[in-house]
Amino acid sequence: MRISSFCAVIAAVGVLLAGGASLSEELITLRNGLSIDQEAAAPPLPKVENHDKRRVRNFAEQPPTIPHTIRGYEVTRNANKCLSCHSRIQTGESQAPMVSVTHFMDRDNQVLATVSPRRYFCNQCHVVQEDVKPLVNNDFVDVELMLRNSEAPQ
Amino acid sequence: MMGLIRKAWGLVVWIWSTASRPARHLSIGFLALGGFFAGVMFWGGFNTALEATNTEAFCISCHEMENNVFQELKTTVHYSNRSGVRASCPDCHVPHDWTDKIARKMQASKEVWGTLFGTIDTREKFLANRRKLAGHEWERLKANNSLECRNCHSPEGMDITVQSVRASTAHQTYLFTGEKTCIDCHKGIAHELPDMTGVPGWQ
Repeated sequence: MRISSFCAVIAAVGVLLAGGASLSEELITLRNGLSIDQEAAAPPLPKVENHDKRRVRNFAEQPPTIPHTIRGYEVTRNANKCLSCHSRIQTGESQAPMVSVTHFMDRDNQVLATVSPRRYFCNQCHVVQEDVKPLVNNDFVDVELMLRNSEAPQ
Repeated sequence: MMGLIRKAWGLVVWIWSTASRPARHLSIGFLALGGFFAGVMFWGGFNTALEATNTEAFCISCHEMENNVFQELKTTVHYSNRSGVRASCPDCHVPHDWTDKIARKMQASKEVWGTLFGTIDTREKFLANRRKLAGHEWERLKANNSLECRNCHSPEGMDITVQSVRASTAHQTYLFTGEKTCIDCHKGIAHELPDMTGVPGWQ
């Protein structure tokens, strides 16, 4: 018992030390390297993408991104502005993509007549896009590309 | 009782007999010019008072307006935006033409009644009535072809090439053809919405 707790302490100290070292080297904080008595200038607010063209999903299950601004769109218990175009019944008039049929299912996979309450709050999953430089590099590879590359003759 | 009525009638007769007789001491010029200036003062005073009730400050002098609808307006594009043009309460809720304005002002006497008797003097009462109150405004704007919207936004003035694809398509399909009017699609642009169950176009 004592030995194991001793080991745990050693491990924790080790992790802290290692973490501290990498913190000072890499991580850019919100202060952006400024000292505590200085205030960093806020970066300008980027514009929200508004071109109405669908983005490719990075993987099949990814919730599609919103290709238009949603400023002032009310999504509350009372009203859902998104559904006033994207609900099944409105798509004829709006020509917007219909909410996926998966949104009609409750958690037991029972299909309901309308959007299930658990899928009602659109911007829990669907978000607008802004033209910004990623803060952290990402080496994600689309599975399709990965398959194509593996199939390609060496 | 009868004596009082007789006395009042006597007063009426006296006023009429005085008013129907030609003036004994005042010249016709004085009366004409005096009447003219008194008229100007009255008319000016009336319109000044009318304009004073047609301001945002007057609207939000009632806490029902300040604590509910005004707070909601503040976050919207009609209050805070890129170019700094602001639409205040009467710009959307009171017609700009005189006759229509007077008609709306007479209707609004119901709102004075409401504030005196506290129809919506709590948040709960306001929310309970919200669907009905919003419905009044939707009906009004539907009936006058969204006149108050069009005081600033005209289809002729719209450059649809700088609108997003989705907006320009919708405007060309429904607005320019006259099939729909602004309020049909643009509900809840300046205030939060009530429960929209059963409102056409909402779910």
